[in-house]
Amino acid sequence: MTQKLVIIGNGMAPGRMLEELFEKAPGLYEVTIFNAEPRVNYDRIMLSPVLSGEKAYEDIVIHNDDWYAANNVTLHKGAKVTEIDRHARTVTSANGIMAGYDKLVIATGSLPFIIPVPGHQLPGVLAYRDLDDVEQMLEISKGKGRAIVIGAGLLGLEAAYGLKRQGMDVTVIHLMPTIMERQLDPAAAYLLEKALTERGIDIITKANTKQILGTDKVEGIELEDGRVIEGDMVVMAVGIRPASGLAKEAGLAVNRGIVVDDGMLTSDASIYALGECAEHRGQCYGLVAPLYESARVLADRLTGGEAEYHGSVTNTKLKVTGINLFSAGDFADAPDRQEIVLRDAAAGVYKRLVLKEDRIIGAVLYGETADGSWFFDLMKKGTDISAMRDTLIFGQSFQGGAPLDPMAAVAALPDDAEICGCNGVCKGKITSAITGKALTTLDGVRAHTKASASCGNCTGLVEQLMSLTLGDAYNPAAVTPMCSCTELGHDDVRRLIKAKGLKSIPAVMQELEWKTSCGCAKCRPALNYYLVCDWPDEYADDYQSRFINERVHANIQKDGTYSVVPRMWGGVTNSAELRAIADVVDKFEIPMVKVTGGQRIDLLGIEKEDLPAVWADLGKAGFVSGQAYAKGLRTVKTCVGSDWCRFGTQDSTGLGIRIEKFMWGSWTPAKLKLAVSGCPRNCAEATCKDIGVICVDSGFEIHFAGAAGLDIKGTDVLGLVKTEDEALEHIVALTQMYREQARYLERIYKWAKRIGHDEIRRQIMEDGDKRRAYYERFVFSQTFAQVDPWSERVSGKDKHEFKPMATISFHQAAE
Amino acid sequence: MTTNWIAIGHIDDIPLRGARCVKTPEGKIAVFRTADNEVFAIEDQCPHKGGPLSQGIVHGKAVTCPLHNFVISLESGKALGADEGAVRTIPLRNIDGQLSIAFEAAALVAAE
Ligand code: SRM
Ligand SMILES: Cc1cc2nc3c(=O)[nH]c(=O)nc-3n(C[C@H](O)[C@H](O)[C@H](O)COP(=O)(O)OP(=O)(O)OC[C@H]3O[C@@H](n4cnc5c(N)ncnc54)[C@H](O)[C@@H]3O)c2cc1C
Ligand code: SF4
Ligand code: FES
Repeated sequence: MTQKLVIIGNGMAPGRMLEELFEKAPGLYEVTIFNAEPRVNYDRIMLSPVLSGEKAYEDIVIHNDDWYAANNVTLHKGAKVTEIDRHARTVTSANGIMAGYDKLVIATGSLPFIIPVPGHQLPGVLAYRDLDDVEQMLEISKGKGRAIVIGAGLLGLEAAYGLKRQGMDVTVIHLMPTIMERQLDPAAAYLLEKALTERGIDIITKANTKQILGTDKVEGIELEDGRVIEGDMVVMAVGIRPASGLAKEAGLAVNRGIVVDDGMLTSDASIYALGECAEHRGQCYGLVAPLYESARVLADRLTGGEAEYHGSVTNTKLKVTGINLFSAGDFADAPDRQEIVLRDAAAGVYKRLVLKEDRIIGAVLYGETADGSWFFDLMKKGTDISAMRDTLIFGQSFQGGAPLDPMAAVAALPDDAEICGCNGVCKGKITSAITGKALTTLDGVRAHTKASASCGNCTGLVEQLMSLTLGDAYNPAAVTPMCSCTELGHDDVRRLIKAKGLKSIPAVMQELEWKTSCGCAKCRPALNYYLVCDWPDEYADDYQSRFINERVHANIQKDGTYSVVPRMWGGVTNSAELRAIADVVDKFEIPMVKVTGGQRIDLLGIEKEDLPAVWADLGKAGFVSGQAYAKGLRTVKTCVGSDWCRFGTQDSTGLGIRIEKFMWGSWTPAKLKLAVSGCPRNCAEATCKDIGVICVDSGFEIHFAGAAGLDIKGTDVLGLVKTEDEALEHIVALTQMYREQARYLERIYKWAKRIGHDEIRRQIMEDGDKRRAYYERFVFSQTFAQVDPWSERVSGKDKHEFKPMATISFHQAAE
Repeated sequence: MTTNWIAIGHIDDIPLRGARCVKTPEGKIAVFRTADNEVFAIEDQCPHKGGPLSQGIVHGKAVTCPLHNFVISLESGKALGADEGAVRTIPLRNIDGQLSIAFEAAALVAAE
């Protein structure tokens, strides 16, 4: 006698299962399907091309009505099952259809997760799951306007792309710092973000939705940080949950999904679960490949077989036309793993294989994904790759291909890219001079083009251009690389950041072909500084690339406590400030109070958790951070000057305070210490500072490039200026020149030695336009930098830093 | 010896390429999250001079100690490169982002 097989849900998984079943044992079952959606089985994966207009619904139907008829399947369209009676072995739908079963398959798929923010029920807030969602999106997109997509995962990005193709403006909001972070490492995420941005899709990361705005339909959203984005549609693509509610009500074992064994059987011997609603060995899947594998197992079981499903390794591809992306497995790196990274910036290619014990365990491919399935296959099979290791990354068809060109980055620059900033010389001019005038030496190029003849910062780049143009005829002097993650030196990196407009750490690492996936403790802080300096308004500081002191705005001590040094402008204080400090010391039982060598007071031995409270109290008394921890402006020491001292020629205290108030908060390549003395007796020790001022009757003598730490070195004179205003402008311009040119951790005296004191004097003292331009760039950058980090943290920024994640009691631990 | 899993919070409580600490009766534990969303727990004490590793810069699957730049593997707890030394690693479980660390009750009782 034919048995009755009932299936709840008519998605992709049972569709595949039935094909297998009918092939194995046609006529074995009389099949009835209930489907909440009012249609046949279609290829859900291809909804994205339908949304973008690249396909029509008819193109993506998997089983048409004839197929159901031919296989004698009863399909109830638009019939949502609301009850399973396990005792009577029947299911009943909301529209009153009842069917009895011998075997039941639950294949209800997933439910899209809707974030319950205020406004989530407004018309125009949509999920992205079925054809109805797509039809609604297409309807709203007729009015053009703006769509907001929440969630930059696979689905969100496909929705964004589709809506863009329909002529809407699209903004994607993503909570995490990088997009598709579950499938992609930051380097690939950067490339993808760039490609999508180029397609006109705005992406806002680290953004949390506060509410959806609108009265009787969506009008926009408001982010947690107060930003408002107007829009006519909000698509939520933040995740899915297995649709296991029906099974749970029926009393089946359910965790996240419906629990099944290796034969896809639930806790009831007549009921199976299949597809996204099922949970197998603790795992729920959201991609079709594993569902198809388990569908085959179920078909076998239904025909009396013993096949077992053992779980799947999955891989991901993004279906956005023109973007090639593949990711699979575990792509984190570790000491017992090796990675092979190939970056071809010119071609926009990034490939990364993660190996463990000579086997591939993870792969991320961007730009060129043809070998994805080959790598995936090697990975699934656990093939030993040691024999082909050296050429593995080039893919299956590699036949001793061309070695990588390390000059690719320079070669990719357009002819009009500026190489020498000092003299305004572009790439084309240099290469044509090399060929046209048959130049073979750097000096020759300097003489003819002026490139690299001034600050010398671009020398590395000019040399690379020479070897590109001359080939083996030119042998460039070796450059010391920044660290083992790159071949490039600091100067090249700085220059290329500007020339190529690189604005994030992943961008730099990709375009400059870094050899590691996320850098190291040497290059990351340096890159972060270069980007802060070069793009003050656009670059978002990378907190995790800062040394702990700059992250928590206090100095770490040998015992893990911190010291706090408030600013005391020019070393001047008063009774109210001292009283406030005394109160803080008492309140927090601070063990040590010390006058520093920088004319201010250091509070030592503070527990990290107390920092925000200490700052809050200091803040109330008007103190801001002294940045005693920063690669930035530290102190401006002063002496008492003409206000009190019988020898004082100018108001050195006033000038020192003015400079400190003007320059605090600025980041510099290394720490920056200044001092102003009121006369040549020099009580503020200005002649051993990075920049010093000696006041004289006729004005202000500006000094620079001194040192009194690891090296001791008296300053050189930069020049004499007449007024305080001029003194400030010259000091600020010098600082900016140093900020733009020095290598990370290079104090002024070392930088000056490298590029020449005369060159600095020429640019700052003689070239008024240049000086003013430096000055203005510093002032612009200060508008973003002068934010007191302490008050920011008192009001809650980075609050996770100051609290332990959890505290476990002895009791709990021993339980 | 029974293993006692204790919930410590969610993976999203830890910044990417960052760390948080967990206070326990046996001292602080540093819990790390790498760029690739992997999590690790190790003792928060550098084998060199006890520096708080949770405060270091996280890169790849390693952390650089904030005091004198030892680079410690998060997986093995061992110092990498020329430096020598190791810290204890603590079993960490990640189920859908919910993190728990393991305690060995027997060890604790012994310590009591
Ligand atoms: C607190 C203080 C000592 C004091 O009690 O007086 C101090 C303390 C430290 N100094 Fe200093 N220096 C202090 C004034 C100085 C001075 C004197 C000055 O600024 O007039 C110098 C010589 C001037 C100079 O910088 O050239 C000085 C030259 C150094 C150096 C050598 C730098 C160099 O490039 O040669 C280091 C090491 C470094 O930066 O790599 C250093 C590093 C340090 C560090 C940050 C060590 C470290 O890396 O942890 C100490 C932090 C202790 C803390 O947590 O507070 N400290 N240090 C002084 C803080 C001044 C302030 O108010 O901000
Ligand atoms: C836009 C989009 C793009 C995708 N892209 C990819 C991709 O590129 N690669 C990939 O591998 N995967 C992709 N997926 C995921 C893939 O589509 C799913 O993994 C797959 O469709 C799941 O199949 P299923 O049969 O478990 O569930 P579904 O296909 O979701 O089918 C479940 C069906 O059950 C019905 N149902 C639910 N409850 C009831 C009930 N109580 N009574 C009756 N019927 C019910 C639902 O209406 C639905 O029709 C994508 C998904 C979407 C939405
Ligand atoms: S001289 Fe500076 S760095 Fe050395 S111990 Fe004293 S404070 Fe620390
Ligand atoms: S304490 Fe960690 S390196 Fe010294």
